[in-house]
Amino acid sequence: MMHQAMKLGLLAGAGALLATSALAKVEGDTIWLGSAISLTGKYATNGVHTQRGYELAAKKVNDMGGIEIDGKKYKIAIKYYDDESTPARGAQLAERLIKQDGFKYMLGPYSSGLTKAIAPVTEKYRIPMVEAEGASRSLFTQGYRYLFGIISTSEQYLGSAVDLAAEMAEKGGGKASDVKVAMAFENDPFSLDVRAGVLDDAKRHGMKVVIDDKLPRDLNDMSATLTKVKALRPDLLLVSGHSKGAATAARQIKELQIDVPMIAMTHCESADVIGKFGKEATNGFLCPTQWAETMSYKGPYFGSAGDFDKAFKATHPEYTSVPYQSAQAAAAVLVWADAFKRANSLDPEKLRDTLTTTDLTTFYGRVKFDDTGKNIAKPMALRQIQDGMLNVVAPSAFASHPVEHPRKAMY
Amino acid sequence: MDNIDILLQAPILNVQLLLDGLMIGAIFALAAYGLALVWGVMNVKNLAQGDFVIAGGYIGYALAQAGIHPILALPIAFVVMFGFGWLLYKWVISRVVDRDLFASLLATFGIAIVLQQVLNLIFGPEVRTAESGLETLSFAGGLVTVAEIKLLSFVLAGILAASIIVFMKRSRMGQAIRATAQNARAARVLGIDTERVYAFTFALNAAICGAAGVLVVMIWVIQPYFGIVYAVRAFIIVVAAGLGNMPGVIVAGLLLGAAEQFSGFILGAEFQVASVVGMLLAVLVWRQMQQARLRQALQ
Repeated sequence: MMHQAMKLGLLAGAGALLATSALAKVEGDTIWLGSAISLTGKYATNGVHTQRGYELAAKKVNDMGGIEIDGKKYKIAIKYYDDESTPARGAQLAERLIKQDGFKYMLGPYSSGLTKAIAPVTEKYRIPMVEAEGASRSLFTQGYRYLFGIISTSEQYLGSAVDLAAEMAEKGGGKASDVKVAMAFENDPFSLDVRAGVLDDAKRHGMKVVIDDKLPRDLNDMSATLTKVKALRPDLLLVSGHSKGAATAARQIKELQIDVPMIAMTHCESADVIGKFGKEATNGFLCPTQWAETMSYKGPYFGSAGDFDKAFKATHPEYTSVPYQSAQAAAAVLVWADAFKRANSLDPEKLRDTLTTTDLTTFYGRVKFDDTGKNIAKPMALRQIQDGMLNVVAPSAFASHPVEHPRKAMY
Repeated sequence: MDNIDILLQAPILNVQLLLDGLMIGAIFALAAYGLALVWGVMNVKNLAQGDFVIAGGYIGYALAQAGIHPILALPIAFVVMFGFGWLLYKWVISRVVDRDLFASLLATFGIAIVLQQVLNLIFGPEVRTAESGLETLSFAGGLVTVAEIKLLSFVLAGILAASIIVFMKRSRMGQAIRATAQNARAARVLGIDTERVYAFTFALNAAICGAAGVLVVMIWVIQPYFGIVYAVRAFIIVVAAGLGNMPGVIVAGLLLGAAEQFSGFILGAEFQVASVVGMLLAVLVWRQMQQARLRQALQ
């Protein structure tokens, strides 16, 4: 008897769950998006930046009348679960959002690692996910059909620097194929992705790679590599090794007085090379960035990149500069809003097909997905350290300042 | 082998690599010296050696943030880390010093993990550095550059090593340490407080590492999990020099620094550490063969 009562209870519980899940994706006039996000743990800071971007964009869309589907106005709301910065928890929560809570539309988590853990789940349940915080190239080589990424992938990080070097060589009356490239990349998945992109770009221009050093993860010193740079006098020096690599490179470039016309490195900002080593020694470094508020992008909802900057600071006055993580998160919500409008439907399968034909210009840049689901319309931007300021210099169409070439360093 | 050609065509670059190597090696030698001391006297293989260096680096960084010049932070870090080492001995090491190898390995490995996490909690995972404000000397039209801070560190490391050697030879404590290293039981019989000698030795090691750390934060960058770099180098140097061979430790440290620079230049950065470990292997094989010959002579 007892058992039967328990069974009945369980059935009733399951029934209640089913009932809520039918409602959860769209409740009344609200469309619910789901997201596992790092609110605690090692990614907490960036996770919160991401969440604030999502929230700001959702509010903006709602304030401007929401989304009209089939003659009915809907508002957007987002449900978050804290993934504690651990991939396993992220996958679990995605499963819960979809299977238990019935969410049909997903926003990405923070970081490539978490996105990698969640993508198989959304794929299994055929739920489209727009992600804005995973840059790893490997996300888009798995054949996922329901994953859409709006940021430039890692192999594009230093590609613009290679193109810029080619452009400068041709401007100076030479040939792009005369450019000699030196590379010092850390031996980790991110930097190797960056390296693969650079090798492709250098090959396309016919450039010669004269140094190709892979820095071990626990290497504290780059002076041997930089001495080689001194001897071989390349035209372009590329460095990628997270904050540690950027700080070590900036320090030793200064000490060894490396005189290369163009130097580009990832993570200059997070390593705060200007603050640590001074604006004289770091002058002319090119730093890739996904987005900057000074770029001349414009689109519906927020207006220009600068307008987004203002709107964000008005909502969160504690920020002195807007993290790009928030900007790209907001852009992901705009991509969803655009897809709902164009699909004129709430069916996930139809929305997935509509997402593949996205061609949207936003304050964050243009969004257009290729067959693998990554955004191919937004280039990686390059900022140059000019007298202690980070100014956008490439791509030239969105630049705020001309590039300083060759770089003028004062050691 | 193109890179060897470069060195032959521009021999001045050898000078750059050698200078860099020796100056880097001096700091590795300091960390290794402390390790050899603790290893030789107490037979404790301190896996937290590198983390002591990083802890010293953070003391230097914190003092620099507070407006004290990092070079002046060096003696402060020395004293603070000495006290830290003493406490650590009393709390943990004294309990494992007479136990078998694994007890001390586990204990020091545990200390390393705790130290990393505490540093991470206090200072965060960001990369830190302290600026000495010194310039770079430039020779041969910029082909050879020497950062003054590296030169100064080399000199400071030399002074520190020399004063430790004099201390070990001349002072009562130094003699007690050496006596304990030779035979702890006999030293105890002769009235030496070996417990105190052990505590002092371990504290001195932490202090040396602390000083090395301040040099590191001025020359490179630090991060809570960066200790392994120095721990691995210190072990390589002590093993290559042979236990109990203190001058050998310094020579091996300098050689290791130079070897790393040359192999990094010729083979590429990815083989920098690998080639040094390869050389260590060669040294061990060579020594083994020598000893085998000795054994044969005895027969």
